Amino acid sequence: MTTLSEKTKSTATDRTPSAPPVLAVSDVHISDRVTDREIVHGVTFDLTPGTSVGIVGESGSGKTLTCRAALGILPPHFEVSDGSIEIGGTDIKTLTPQQWTALRGATISAVFQDPASYLNPSIRVGPQIAEVIHIKKGLNRRQARHRAVELLQATQLREPELVYSQYTHELSGGMLQRVLIAAAIAADPQVLIADEATTALDVTVQAEILDLFADLRERTGLALVVVSHDLAVVAQMCDKVLVMRQGSVVEHGPTHTVLNAPQHEYTRLLIAEHEQYGLEKFRTPQEAS
Amino acid sequence: MTAQLPAPSVAGTEEPPSAVLEVTDLEVHYGLRRRRRQALHGVSLSVAPGETVGVIGETGSGKSTFARAVLGLVRASAGRIVIGGHDVSAYGNRQWRGLRRRGVVQYVFQDPLRSLDPDLTIGESLAEPLLVHGVPRDEAAERARAFLPRVRLSDELLDRLPGELSGGQRQRVAVARALVTEPRLVILDEPVSALDSANRVQVLEILRELRATGVALVFISHDLGSVAGIADRIAVLHQGELVEVGPARDVITRPQHLYTRLLVSSAPTLRTASADREERKALRALLHA
Repeated sequence: MTTLSEKTKSTATDRTPSAPPVLAVSDVHISDRVTDREIVHGVTFDLTPGTSVGIVGESGSGKTLTCRAALGILPPHFEVSDGSIEIGGTDIKTLTPQQWTALRGATISAVFQDPASYLNPSIRVGPQIAEVIHIKKGLNRRQARHRAVELLQATQLREPELVYSQYTHELSGGMLQRVLIAAAIAADPQVLIADEATTALDVTVQAEILDLFADLRERTGLALVVVSHDLAVVAQMCDKVLVMRQGSVVEHGPTHTVLNAPQHEYTRLLIAEHEQYGLEKFRTPQEAS
Repeated sequence: MTAQLPAPSVAGTEEPPSAVLEVTDLEVHYGLRRRRRQALHGVSLSVAPGETVGVIGETGSGKSTFARAVLGLVRASAGRIVIGGHDVSAYGNRQWRGLRRRGVVQYVFQDPLRSLDPDLTIGESLAEPLLVHGVPRDEAAERARAFLPRVRLSDELLDRLPGELSGGQRQRVAVARALVTEPRLVILDEPVSALDSANRVQVLEILRELRATGVALVFISHDLGSVAGIADRIAVLHQGELVEVGPARDVITRPQHLYTRLLVSSAPTLRTASADREERKALRALLHA
């Protein structure tokens, strides 16, 4: 408990960036074709296996658009107008729809804020996960079912068999989000994008899910993109952080550097808010002593 | 009646000489017969004049039920509520309405549109509680105008309707409306939860400043950070029970109850700590055992 800042430093610097990036975002600009307005003005980051990048910013800062671009699911009439995105060394511009389908879930996957809108309300939740496993991993129906229950268990759902056979309306938001996470990791992706995935959850449930991500990262080498309006969530999870504002990256670097020596006024504001109205003011002296 | 009640299980609390709010063994049930469900299990809490008590709880903890019970919006099935020395436990709807109308206990909710009449201008909304107190119309209007700077609003807003204001401005009007009569007790149920972080900090700062008027605040929230930033004491509700109450610093740095320990350990802070992950896992296992 006493060497927290040292720990932060060592995890951030020990990672050897020797492995090729599973996701490489280079100077990506995103524009609205209809209004001809540029919304995102150049985002760059690399993600190697087992590492994590955090993107922090308020709503409208372009963080979600950047994620959607990496998943090839930009809203209608938005396009990557400059720069490039590579997944596992392949430029996504060259991907056919079939190649995209093969890639999503199996290589790159995502969890967004509102879990209910990604699940079919008229089908039990378990089979929706089993379907992913059946198609992406080629397991037969029975094996897929078995694996789906295992995944539900891995997300700390306490009665995975029961949850498997329930409908979305029978589950709480926290439970649904865990179901969605189980579906997102069902095909063993290399990259998981968590876009405000825990924002709507109670803090103890949020911690449970963030802990699960951290476990997966250590165990399977999953690479994470954590998008949040909350700098603390990103600080907990990520080696590197990008701070976005109005479509621009105003600050980026290793998390401990950004936290200890913020350069941009906006980053300093985010940190000050936490120090004034957060647990920091109580926790820091205790940890120092 | 308030003097030296023994508080055996709760460390660090001394009964104040004369409480503005004294809740003893409060129980609230919802539903009938087989659907009857207990929302609060024997909650006792006393609030001293000028004190800010944070009540923290997650989904289903009973925190909103607590707020509603001490405002007379839901009837207690057992226990005692004493407000400003008057036992109001047996009050009927009409008597409660009288209490609220006279501003004996004021309130601010998460959604300011619930505490502001949409058809009254800001000036009228602020003057109304003063008129109820018998303040002459001209003086009420003047006091309403004079109060606005204390919630950092310009008097240009006096003639606007709540619908014409931003969410942050509206919540500041709701705070002004609750405090303009200089009440001794204000109940705030998730007052900053719907606000973005800049507005959240602003409202918290305003509340801090307004405490100088000697008002006692009961600040109910799911967010430990907001509560920690403002409360003198923190009370922790978990599944309808008050599991811990004590000075804010003690509850956050030396939480006693398993649930409080999990809650504090789960709250994201700017200091990363992978050791916390193991601690949380152990606490979850103990709590669910």
